[in-house]
Amino acid sequence: MNSLDKTTDEVLRLAAEHFKVERDQLAPDDDFFKKLGINSLQALDLLTRIEQHFQIELPDYELQGVTDFRTLAQRIQSRL
Amino acid sequence: MNIFQGKTLSWHVLDGTIELTLDRAPCNEIGRATLSDLEKFIAALPSLQREAHALIISSRRKEGFCAGADLRETYRVAQSLPKDERLAALRDFLERIHHVMNILDEAPLTTIAAVHGVTFGGGFELALACDLIVADKMTRFCFPELRLGLIPGFGGIPRLKRDLGNAVVRDLLLTGRSINAAKAQSVGLASQVVAEGDALRVARSTAAQLKKFDRDTAVAAKKFIKPIPHEALRLEIEIFCDLFMRPAVDAGLRKFVESSDALPYLP
Repeated sequence: MNSLDKTTDEVLRLAAEHFKVERDQLAPDDDFFKKLGINSLQALDLLTRIEQHFQIELPDYELQGVTDFRTLAQRIQSRL
Repeated sequence: MNIFQGKTLSWHVLDGTIELTLDRAPCNEIGRATLSDLEKFIAALPSLQREAHALIISSRRKEGFCAGADLRETYRVAQSLPKDERLAALRDFLERIHHVMNILDEAPLTTIAAVHGVTFGGGFELALACDLIVADKMTRFCFPELRLGLIPGFGGIPRLKRDLGNAVVRDLLLTGRSINAAKAQSVGLASQVVAEGDALRVARSTAAQLKKFDRDTAVAAKKFIKPIPHEALRLEIEIFCDLFMRPAVDAGLRKFVESSDALPYLP
């Protein structure tokens, strides 16, 4: 599994855990707002979990226009 | 009045600590109702602090400590007034909230903001008025005002400049990005970062520690090390008022108010 795939997988796992859904219900190209029914406040919570897990700082403006897990993983990857 | 229950907050005194708890849905947005309750609090403070050595401010809302000014109310009030009355109404609000923040800032007892979740704008400013910030690890701090064509208006910039290096202040202000609790601690903003849900417990434990020290000495030390930037605070009000009357602010507020997201916090 290349790094981006691994990162994407970890993001999906984090999101599943944080929002209490089954991991296999989430796919890399899912729109996380629509799929998880979350608002921007909950997205910020996920951002905090991501920063803690990957030990990175990810400015929230980097998430502008990002709605799927794979693109989110790409943003994370650029900080690793 | 040692116990108070208002529309937006409550307070009580417990073991020599005044506990002020914010509780206004959705996330303690500071509008006229909260300002009124805060003014009641500072009117009661001289009596409350006689037997207290510490004040803890926390939030009962699960979303966070405080999301800042009530922008929906700000927009509604501004739209309801003729242009020539808007500025006077705004200035009045700002001067009142600054008075509250200044009283909290220089209160003769140690003040602790026990924060979690969203600590944005005016909420961040309320925390900055306190001597110590205890942040749970899910806290996010932010000054999003530039997104609306404004600057922080409740005393945030002078207080942030007092506490942090200018580069960090520029980063927060000019990017409008939020930072997590670990980052806040690394730059010296948060004195402690604690487990999720534990900020109030740790704040109480810190307050219990403070109780061991001579109160007059603590008050003298605080006065010595914590100057109130009065001139800069007054200048902030002027700059805010100038900016507020611009069309860009109207557009920014309208966008916020019309957002379908109940809590539109992403930039």
